[in-house]
Amino acid sequence: MSTYDARFRVWRGDVDGGELTDYTVEVHDGEVVLDVVHRLQATQTPDLAVRWNCKAGKCGSCSAEINGRPRLLCMTRMSVFARDEVITVTPMRAFPVVRDLVTDVSFNYAKAREIPAFVPPAGVGPGEYRMRQEDVERSQEFRKCIECFLCQDTCHVVRDHEENKGAFAGPRFLMRVAELDMHPLDAAEEAGLDRRRTAQEEHGLGYCNITKCCTEVCPESIHITDNALIPMKERVVDRKYDPLVWLGNTIRRRKTT
Amino acid sequence: MATGTEPPGSTTGVRSPGRAAIAARHLRTDRWWLSPAATAAGLLAFVVYSTWRAFANADYYAAPYVSPFYSPCLAENCVPMEDGPNWEIFGSWWGLSPALLILVFPLGFRLTCYYYRKAYYRGFWASPPACAVAEPHASYSGETRFPLLLQNLHRYFFYAALPVAGILTYDTVLTFRNADYAWGHAGLGTLIFLVNIALIWAYTLSCHSCRHIVGGRLKHFSKHPVRYRLWTWVGRLNARHMLLAWSSLISVALCDLYVYLLATGTFDDPRFF
Repeated sequence: MSTYDARFRVWRGDVDGGELTDYTVEVHDGEVVLDVVHRLQATQTPDLAVRWNCKAGKCGSCSAEINGRPRLLCMTRMSVFARDEVITVTPMRAFPVVRDLVTDVSFNYAKAREIPAFVPPAGVGPGEYRMRQEDVERSQEFRKCIECFLCQDTCHVVRDHEENKGAFAGPRFLMRVAELDMHPLDAAEEAGLDRRRTAQEEHGLGYCNITKCCTEVCPESIHITDNALIPMKERVVDRKYDPLVWLGNTIRRRKTT
Repeated sequence: MATGTEPPGSTTGVRSPGRAAIAARHLRTDRWWLSPAATAAGLLAFVVYSTWRAFANADYYAAPYVSPFYSPCLAENCVPMEDGPNWEIFGSWWGLSPALLILVFPLGFRLTCYYYRKAYYRGFWASPPACAVAEPHASYSGETRFPLLLQNLHRYFFYAALPVAGILTYDTVLTFRNADYAWGHAGLGTLIFLVNIALIWAYTLSCHSCRHIVGGRLKHFSKHPVRYRLWTWVGRLNARHMLLAWSSLISVALCDLYVYLLATGTFDDPRFF
């Protein structure tokens, strides 16, 4: 097993300010960036704050930016970098910093609460839900989300425009709207909740200009743009911008009244 | 979408109060600029070439080949093409190049295409230039306002692109003739037209709006097995939408260039049989 000394530049600071600090730290074969950050904590900087949990890319805790790219610390192998490369590690830059590599991601939880939950179908009790695989597989892809919020971090709508945070739910939660709108048993429409209309009017789907950064950074390889955001945009067009559909719906409504 | 430019030393975006105090707009060390630069260069090259050819109003027919930029030809000032797409529905009052009448449909289809939107938002408008690279605009309203709200018309351009692709298919069938309009012949141009029409159809059918219309809008696939199957097929094509967008863009330009070279006498069409 070989070892070498890597040059790390880690952002240290808090909400009052901070700076990129240089470290030289030992790296062993097969390690990931989180291993090296832990070695930094153990040997040089015991007060370095970093959020982590599973070390397996499934909890979504260790989101940060490595050489300017939003990534999970635990899923970024050291072998992808040249040994003489300076590796810069910073907290996610779309959210307020707490300390060092830890950010306050409560924006995402606030947005999560704004999405109306699954509406159970009438007359079907718990344990009685039956769905065909082909009906539910679209929503299942979105259930792979580990809520690392890297997509939220990289989305330029909020990353580069703090003022849009109020109007825009972000890719993770627009994907949640898509998941529910495509769910075969979601009875939102019967309950009077139009998820397509709210996606556009309340959760800011129109802000998305489908530049696919959310898809690029997703550690679960969810096709957020192609399978959630664009289909949701098309569903919104059905509801709001398609005169033929509008005409059809109007005629159908007249017939039923 | 975005207006104004961020003033120097601003405290917005990644430099907003509360966020990690890092002065750099981005810390990416890879060649992030290469992709948007290449995209912009490629699109710009096509825009320059197609603008020249669309306004040229000449050298677009060399029997039996008609340039895809001029098909169908909807004005009276078109070159007569035997059995070709001469449909003079605009009559004699149209004095400009007839290409302008038809190109608006494929242009609108590609301009509102979900892939091309990504390409030109990144390549030309830097919104964003690349992932996690701060954009230079002070404000952003996305596709919520006019004119970008019109991107929602994409499905209508898709509907219009279908008959255009059908007519280009007809033009391709006509290439199985020789310069004297006798059937049962083929040349290098026939092969180029065949590749082009295959790519045009693949790009058109791989469209996200097409995917939605054939089945994506359904809530229960199990109740519509045929549409589910179609959705699955379109989905497979859709995964290659970017590749098809570029290859069909290049093939349509090459088709036109081939006709131009034949029409100007620069090149003779090699005949296979």
